Parts: sequence; structure tokens; C-alpha cells
Amino acid sequence: MTIELTSRPRLAAGCRLGENNQERILQMPERALRLNGPSLEIVTRCDGKHTVQQIVSELQQIYSKAQPRKVEEDILGYLALLQKERALDFEE
Amino acid sequence: MPHELSNPLALIAELTHRCPLHCVYCSNPLEMQSRSNELPTETWSRVFQEAAQFGVLQADFTGGEPLARTDIIDLVRAARAAGLYINLITSGLPLDETKLSALIAAGLDHIQLSFQGAREEISNEISGTKSHGQKLRVLEWIKQHRVALTLNFVIHRRNVDQLEEMVALAETSSATRIEFANVQYYGWAFANRENLLPTRAQLDRSMAIIKREQERLEGRIRVEYVVPDYYAKYPKPCMGGWGRKLMLITPSGGALPCHAAQVIPGLSFENVKERSLRDIWERSAAFQKFRGEDWMQEPCKNCDRRDQDFGGCRCQALLLAGDAAATDPVCSLAPLRPKVDAILAAVNLAPVSVGAGAGPSPNESLTRPSWLYRPNPA
Repeated sequence: MTIELTSRPRLAAGCRLGENNQERILQMPERALRLNGPSLEIVTRCDGKHTVQQIVSELQQIYSKAQPRKVEEDILGYLALLQKERALDFEE
Repeated sequence: MPHELSNPLALIAELTHRCPLHCVYCSNPLEMQSRSNELPTETWSRVFQEAAQFGVLQADFTGGEPLARTDIIDLVRAARAAGLYINLITSGLPLDETKLSALIAAGLDHIQLSFQGAREEISNEISGTKSHGQKLRVLEWIKQHRVALTLNFVIHRRNVDQLEEMVALAETSSATRIEFANVQYYGWAFANRENLLPTRAQLDRSMAIIKREQERLEGRIRVEYVVPDYYAKYPKPCMGGWGRKLMLITPSGGALPCHAAQVIPGLSFENVKERSLRDIWERSAAFQKFRGEDWMQEPCKNCDRRDQDFGGCRCQALLLAGDAAATDPVCSLAPLRPKVDAILAAVNLAPVSVGAGAGPSPNESLTRPSWLYRPNPA
């Protein structure tokens, strides 16, 4: 399973953002994920319009104090986790 | 203890006990509620609002067959308006294309379509009704919609050798998830357990297949497998612990910590018609009964695993040990584990004919068990 930088992730059917006790969460079949700063920034960009590359660039600007390389690795890792959970569809 | 208590995360809404299927492992109680006792639309709507305000994230619409409720579209709309994520657990029988579209338009998030097997014959035998063909039609209709789909297969001795065919069926659908759940032995399943428990050899084979399929389908379809806990070394953390994460509402409004809790003598259950969800969760005696560790006996009381499995399942302890506070007898550390071993020994020594390729059995009663089918309530 590799994440292509040119693909455009979007939330899979039945996966949507929600809120609980003032926290943002990702609702999905039979489970929910708590979203904090960076994970929320990533998930809100999984809209079928941003490419993975664009998500990486935008977060590298937001988290400009972090190593750009590290930011990219973290994002690819998180997207792979969401894909394993079957929370994302990837469009070419 | 009460000050550390957090709110429930999921509400299991048993909307009705009515069902067109008569499955031999149905998780409904042996004594079912009639239609005249079912909660009206307004009460369910209030329950959904209370649940969402209390921090519940998801509602599981189940039954019986939830689509047997004529107000099902209104119930979906009410739960969604309250802010809940809605899972619908259905046989797909009382469904047509128009109703499917209406359910999704009303805010349904996720459909869990139950299958009794990958083939017509075994499915109809287990459900006591002709149902398989309709389910295949429902799969086609769902492809026209953007809604999450899980295929739920209940697994037992008579279909555990068809896992590959079940996966193949899921691959022809739009499912992103398959749930293979071995029968758990309560209610109707407990009555039929000698004909439902898989053999050790079947279970080992099934685990290998599941592992292989999970790897092959990673990123496409999530495959989940629930083993029969009679074969486990340690008990399941039933319901994530008594009164810790889930609340179940029966068709008539009873608030239970789990599906089977009514089998436990001496517990009385509050009704949502009379008290709020929060009040029931925080104060009712039934929800407090097995919360925490004070009720535990040895060996649970001093066991390292007590905060992982919470002593296992209280209803199973009652059914097998005759004491709801006993260590779940499926635990290898339980004093009554020999009782479970005796059940397994009987299953594994019997000359059972199994498997897709099995020839005709010399003993017809072994391939065609005399099932106890669940009836339909009035």
C-alpha cells in the first residue's frame, strides 16, 4: 500500500467530521477517531480536490518550525493509517 | 467510582423484536416484546436527543428487523438531527429501492447487511425463510448510493468452511468492511449451541484464511473476525465492560447494559419512558451492579487482566456457572472452565460432516440438525 503524491484523497462513504465534548472527531462505521491539530488539518483537506502533495506543502507552511521532511513522513503515515481503516478513497 | 464515570459512546436501539427471519442464533431474548409494547416515534426521538447531548456518538438501529418499523425514516431523521451517526443493522428483507433512497436522504450513514451464508441453501436453512436472493438485489441497489456498507456474516459450524465464498461475494459489492462474527452463545444460540459450535480444526482453518484475506484486501476492505469465545484462552471484554461504553434500549424502552442482561435474576431495569438516559446511566442499580471491581470474585479479584477483560461476560457466567458474579467460565483461569471444555470435547469428538465438499453423511441428523427457530412476536 503506497500513497501516491499525485492522488486526491477524500473521505470514504460513511466517514464524516463531527464534534463531541468540544472536540472534533472523524465518525466512521462502528468507530470514531479524535482529531487534534495536525490530524484535523489533514482530514479537512481530504476533500477530493487537494492532492497529497498539496496537503504536504500546506502543512509544511503551517508547521514551518518542523523539519519539512518529517512533516511529509508524518502525513504519509497518517494517510496510510486512514486508508487501512478504510476511511479514504483516492482519486487519480 | 462514579466521579470517574464517562458517558456511553454508543446507543444500541432495538427498535422492534419483529423480524421476517427466524435465525437459530438470534440474540433477542427468548421472551420477546410484542408490537403493542413498542416505544412510539416521539419517545425514540427524545431518547436520541438525550443520547447526543450526553455525548453518545453513534446509534445502532437494530432489532429484530428495524425496517419492520413503519416510522423508520422518521427515526433516522430524528437521530441524525440530534447529531448521532447512524448504523442500520438489517436483513434487507423489507427494503425496496425507494425506501433505500429515502433512508439515505434522511441521513443514514452506514448499512450493515446481514448474510446467513454465501449460498442460498444454508442461508435459508439458518434463517428459516427464503431470504438470500433479496439480499443480493439489495447489494446491487446500494451500489447506486454513497453510503458505507458492511457485510455481516454470522459464523458457525455449518458455514465456517465457506469464508472464501463470503469474501468473494463482498468483493462483488460496494462494501468497505466485512464482519465475520462467530455466534455468541446466549438466548436462541445457547439453545442451539451443540449444532452451531465449530470444531477446533474448522476454527484453526478459518483463522488462517482470515489472516490471508486481511492482508490481501488491506486498504480496500477491512476484514474483522470475532472468534467463538468458548475456544479462547481469556474471556472477551464483554460490551467493553459493564456500563462503561454502551447502553441498549429494548423495543419497550428498557435500558440494559447488554443484549442478554435480562437473563440475570434479581436485576431490575429502568425504562426510558420514566427516566432520562443520564439518570439511568449514572444511578440505576442495574448499571452499577457490575461496574468497577468491587463485585469480583477470585481469580478475577487479583488478576492482572481484570482491567482488560473486566472478568468477561456476566450473562455467560450466569448461563454456565449459575452465578452472574463468577469469573466467565470461558477463561482458562476460571474454576468452571472444565464445563466449557466438556462442551468442546463433545463437539470435537462427534463424527460431524462439515465443509463445502463434504459428501452425504451417513447420519442425516448431523447434517440437518433439528433447529429451534425463533418465532415472531405478536
